Amino acid sequence: MQPISATNDFVVKFANVNGSGSASANELFARSILRMGVPVCSRNIFPSNIQGLPTWYEVRVSGEGWLGRRGETADFVVAMNPQTWNKDIDSIEPGGYLVFDSTKPLTTQKTRDDVHMLGVPLTRLSNTLEGTIPRERQLLKNVIYLGAVAQLLSMHLETVESLIAEQFAGKDKLIKLNYTAMKLGYDYAAEHLAGKCQLKVTKDDKVGDRIFIQGNDAAGLGAVFGGATVCAWYPITPSTSLAEAFTAHCKKFRVDPVTKKNNFAIVQAEDEIAAIGMVIGAGWNGARSFTATSGPGISLMQEFFGLAYFAEVPAVVFDIQRGGPSTGMPTRTQQSDILLAAYASHGDTKHPLLFPQDPGEAFEFAAQAFDLAERLQTPVFVMLDLDIGMNDWLCKPLQWDDKRKYDRGKIMTAEMLDAGKLFGRYLDVDGDAIPYRTLPATHPSKGAYFTRGSSRDRFAKYSEDGSVYVDNMQRLLRKFETAKTIVPAPVRRDAKEKTKYGAIYFGSTSPAMDEALAALEKDGVHLNTLRVRAFPFNEEVVEFINAHDQVFVVEQNRDAQLQKLIVNECAIDPARFISILHYDGTPITARFITGAIAERMKVTHKEAAE
Amino acid sequence: MTYIAKPKLHHPGLKPNKLGFTHRDYEGSISTLCAGCGHDSISAALIQACYELSIEPYKVAKLSGIGCSSKTPDYFLGPAHGFNSVHGRMPSVLTGANLANRDLLYLGVSGDGDSASIGLGQFAHCVRRGVNMVYICENNGVYGLTKGQFSATADKGSRSKTAVNNDSPIDLVSLALVLGATFVARSFSGDKKQLVPILKAAMAHKGSAIIDVVSPCVQFNNNPQSTKSYDFVREHNEAVNRIDFIESKAEITADYEPGTVTMVRQHDGSMLKLSKLHPDYDATDRAKAMAYLQERHAAGEVVTGVLFVEEQADDLHDALGTVATPLNNLTERELCPGSAKLADLNADYR
Ligand SMILES: Cc1ncc(C[n+]2csc(CCOP(=O)(O)OP(=O)(O)O)c2C)c(N)n1
Ligand code: SF4
Ligand SMILES: [Mg+2]
Repeated sequence: MQPISATNDFVVKFANVNGSGSASANELFARSILRMGVPVCSRNIFPSNIQGLPTWYEVRVSGEGWLGRRGETADFVVAMNPQTWNKDIDSIEPGGYLVFDSTKPLTTQKTRDDVHMLGVPLTRLSNTLEGTIPRERQLLKNVIYLGAVAQLLSMHLETVESLIAEQFAGKDKLIKLNYTAMKLGYDYAAEHLAGKCQLKVTKDDKVGDRIFIQGNDAAGLGAVFGGATVCAWYPITPSTSLAEAFTAHCKKFRVDPVTKKNNFAIVQAEDEIAAIGMVIGAGWNGARSFTATSGPGISLMQEFFGLAYFAEVPAVVFDIQRGGPSTGMPTRTQQSDILLAAYASHGDTKHPLLFPQDPGEAFEFAAQAFDLAERLQTPVFVMLDLDIGMNDWLCKPLQWDDKRKYDRGKIMTAEMLDAGKLFGRYLDVDGDAIPYRTLPATHPSKGAYFTRGSSRDRFAKYSEDGSVYVDNMQRLLRKFETAKTIVPAPVRRDAKEKTKYGAIYFGSTSPAMDEALAALEKDGVHLNTLRVRAFPFNEEVVEFINAHDQVFVVEQNRDAQLQKLIVNECAIDPARFISILHYDGTPITARFITGAIAERMKVTHKEAAE
Repeated sequence: MTYIAKPKLHHPGLKPNKLGFTHRDYEGSISTLCAGCGHDSISAALIQACYELSIEPYKVAKLSGIGCSSKTPDYFLGPAHGFNSVHGRMPSVLTGANLANRDLLYLGVSGDGDSASIGLGQFAHCVRRGVNMVYICENNGVYGLTKGQFSATADKGSRSKTAVNNDSPIDLVSLALVLGATFVARSFSGDKKQLVPILKAAMAHKGSAIIDVVSPCVQFNNNPQSTKSYDFVREHNEAVNRIDFIESKAEITADYEPGTVTMVRQHDGSMLKLSKLHPDYDATDRAKAMAYLQERHAAGEVVTGVLFVEEQADDLHDALGTVATPLNNLTERELCPGSAKLADLNADYR
């Protein structure tokens, strides 16, 4: 079988056992390639388990810069998990490579004639590391295969070494030990496997100043820059690392240098209901506050979302979506909370949603969400997902404009009250349906009101009068119209040639979509696209749909939730849409989108011809 | 409806307090509760306590859940902001509000259904955290607003008009003691003489002050066989101490006979004088207080008074190490690290 030969364009997959400490070696591998100036994207596929179940780390090396998953297969697999051996060997492209621990000869394990078997005696080599205990040797096995892989892929040795030095900065003994282990693997491969692998990483300059960061980390940082002071949360994968990132960044940036006191308060609540309650209490009292959770938490918070919507209290909610329903696929990705979040709570409600496409936008939208929540006096949802939240993505450096001021929204001050400004908590004075609010303890005798989730008039007085209720509900609808004008606008990209076909997508689908569009274009399939970045949808969304005969909507859920939301909110004939749905819990791939769209195009072309 | 008659003009006889506020300045809207409802007496006691303490009315935040009891924050302290949140979740909303601005006085008003049934979890956790607040449970043993079903504080065997309660009761006072509340009291809506000084002491206390106030529901649970009726509580009320709230140590003139009085110095310098009505009751000993309560409850008594107080308690802000400035007052200057720091960070991610 002809070996696969490729430079800076292939997929490497590490198959490991959860808890074996492979994560840092695998990440070091990805970072080394980035340091060589070659773009990578990495996906960590892990179980809901602490120790023992399989995990995979997939690194796509793409000189062309494609950052989505390529597909289900890999060209080069490091098989460290006997449990998944068969599955892993099956996932290799014909002509691909398999690295395995050859300390003991292969006996019953499946092999393939069209796969190049590259044995490295990892256990035996690790046993030669002097002065180590078994647990350390287990960890160092990962570093040994890293060295072997680096050699097989012709990687730059000094780059790997310098990353090891950075990772263990200040711990000279560890640097030495890891370096020795890495060299063991490297030298073994050089001696015994020379010339056996035709995949290569060569230095390039395609990475530029881009950074490699996880969406939850970036969003937590965005909350710091956006001025959040109160965070209340309850642990749930895949959102936990957002609260943890916020905590870490606060400790770095938000401790008063003189008093050593904290300019933030973070509470791990007893459950998600309490978490959102705290967020709403803090928002009511004028602090920027947020929670981070996932689908099950959003389900629990429902009653409070209705309160915040109706009583008009700002709150920011990060929903790091995972596979539902119920506990579903807790460590897999999906975009399946769209409808749940858009219409959260009983009664007539709707809430602004933001759809960041990568960690860069997660940072940006996180900060912006606090402005929107205070401007609109309502809960705002930042709809991340596990793919963006928990994987390192290559994205543009984060930016902040120092001239930027927080938009604290319409807050009536003591001075305004003293100047005789009329205060009605639910009175639309500016025509944008957003009333003024006062914060507790604003003024000794003016501006106090009673906040409640029950119907009240424009001056916050309890009322069960139907017309008063309708008046308020209508204003809330008009407020949602105002929201359309200030949430992030969609991004439209037109094909090189005129086309009747459009495609809508959002969030983490973005990189796979970019690649799919390029592939389709090569095949002469042209599509205009619109990347939706927020709900409510503004006019551009409607115009885009009306300008095309057929619009694909690419989503990572079963029920075409975004499409349904568009149909519902924009009164568009569902027949205009073709859904492209990927929801097995793995990130959507370029190959999937390309295949699905090409298939549908054939069908629609045929129908047109008939 | 119970009307406390409101003269149009300030009554010339209304005496101003230290800050020049009269009783009227602490009132709220007219109550819509049933005539004779215990909850209205608690509102009146709150008004009295705030007036006597010369609290600036607008520097209070009133939070509640849902229920007849939870409606009452509308009926006192009109100049203060109030938040009638969702059923059983006042503690979390209050916690968040308190995190945002540590400088206000937080009054949490709840019912027994709100606190002990649907909201038991939030009750427990806000106590554990030591949120600085006065938490008042207006305890009538039933759900008033949904027309008289038993709540989780109803005593076993207690009868309402239509049913007998067979479940064991939850005693919020015992629970608060177990959970580490630093001020725990029980009183009776019908005993203003006891309730007002307890409220004042609780307001001066830093940390979670939990007050269980038996507050009969005249509509659904005031029948003779109910253990939350006016008659039952009057007959079985056993006060462990008489409370005098003394604003500063300087005011103490008399000497007290040893063993008859416990003096407690609070965080703000005020003093609590607890005159013992039961010679062996020590309100500063948590474990003994718990044992005493169990014992007397078994004997059918309703033990009232300041049951436990910890002199110099810490609160949630101490535990979190938050700055003295209320978080809602911080600006870009303290909050936003700025572009230079972000540029450094970007380098860390390469
Ligand atoms: C989630 C939810 N469930 C049920 C209700 C209905 N409900 C309103 S008040 C109440 C009970 C209130 O009892 P309690 O807290 O003892 O107050 P009381 O009226 O006795 O003062 C119930 C069950 C509600 N408002 N919300
Ligand atoms: S129903 Fe009971 S608790 Fe409610 S107002 Fe009437 S007496 Fe009070
Ligand atoms: Mg009740």
